[in-house]
Amino acid sequence: MSGDHAHGADHTHTPDPADPAIRVEAIESLLVEAGLLDPARVDALIERYEHDLGPLNGARVVARAWTDDAYRQRLLEDGTAAIAELGYGGAQGEHMVVVENGAEVHNLVVCTLCSCYPWPVLGLPPSWYKSPEYRARAVREPRAVLEEFGTELSDEVDIRVWDSSAEIRYLVLPERPAGTEHLSEDELVALVSRDSMIGVRLAGTGEPA
Amino acid sequence: MSQELASDGPAAPPRVNGELVFDAPWQSRAFGVAAALADAGRIGWPDFQAALIRRVEAVDAASGPAQRSTGTPDGYWRCWLEALGDVTVATSTIDAAAWAERADDFANRAPGHDHDHDHDDHGHHHH
Repeated sequence: MSGDHAHGADHTHTPDPADPAIRVEAIESLLVEAGLLDPARVDALIERYEHDLGPLNGARVVARAWTDDAYRQRLLEDGTAAIAELGYGGAQGEHMVVVENGAEVHNLVVCTLCSCYPWPVLGLPPSWYKSPEYRARAVREPRAVLEEFGTELSDEVDIRVWDSSAEIRYLVLPERPAGTEHLSEDELVALVSRDSMIGVRLAGTGEPA
Repeated sequence: MSQELASDGPAAPPRVNGELVFDAPWQSRAFGVAAALADAGRIGWPDFQAALIRRVEAVDAASGPAQRSTGTPDGYWRCWLEALGDVTVATSTIDAAAWAERADDFANRAPGHDHDHDHDDHGHHHH
């Protein structure tokens, strides 16, 4: 595991006991021996917290659009440029298209071919996004997929499914939840989940971003 | 989740797009050990946060704002690890001497605990 970096370079030097990799291993082994720590619990917590605030960049884009109508219009006209205004963008040059949810339209993003995903704004894709089931069913029966995420839409709402590609990546601009008029842009960021920017949930529901 | 990580201020961990940044395995391990101890009620999260702030501020004060190492994953998680030591030693969860001794053992064990002993034996046979 750790400490291996000393190998190869110089076999005659022993690693430094002050090396943090060794100190972590040492404290963990003492705690485990004393019955105070379960290594499996450590693994689980690392996994749980790794994405602790989720895709903040995308959430900031959405919160700005909710509070600044001129920004919202620029975002819908040229997603790549408006997202770059906030300092976010990929080196890959893919084109970002932002699609807006409203009373009559709900947008859902999928990548049927592979798992193209706007990582500069949304981070790493969730495992279900890459699953063959989601990729197939989001197109065939989007309403059923949404219901499984707890997102029930009235029959009048038109569901549009956007298929990402290497050239175009979509980001959903979710509807601002009702009753949030008093919240500041920073407070609104916390309501924008990753799932709402993929379109499987509404903003203000489910796991926060 | 029961333990809130600071999102700004000296105790805030390095993040990219809201996700924690670790650039070596020991860093996530140090993180997970502290979180698991707090989760199990072995250490108090506020105590740990206070210890972490003290460590970060001490390193920042020594280095000066221009070369603030605590803004990097390596510098930040080193402070995290030492804060974990501070809190576990203060509550007698860990004995400081035992920790140092175990680290010495691990340092001397590598590189390669098994073939190194053979080495010594070979030396003898050569005579």
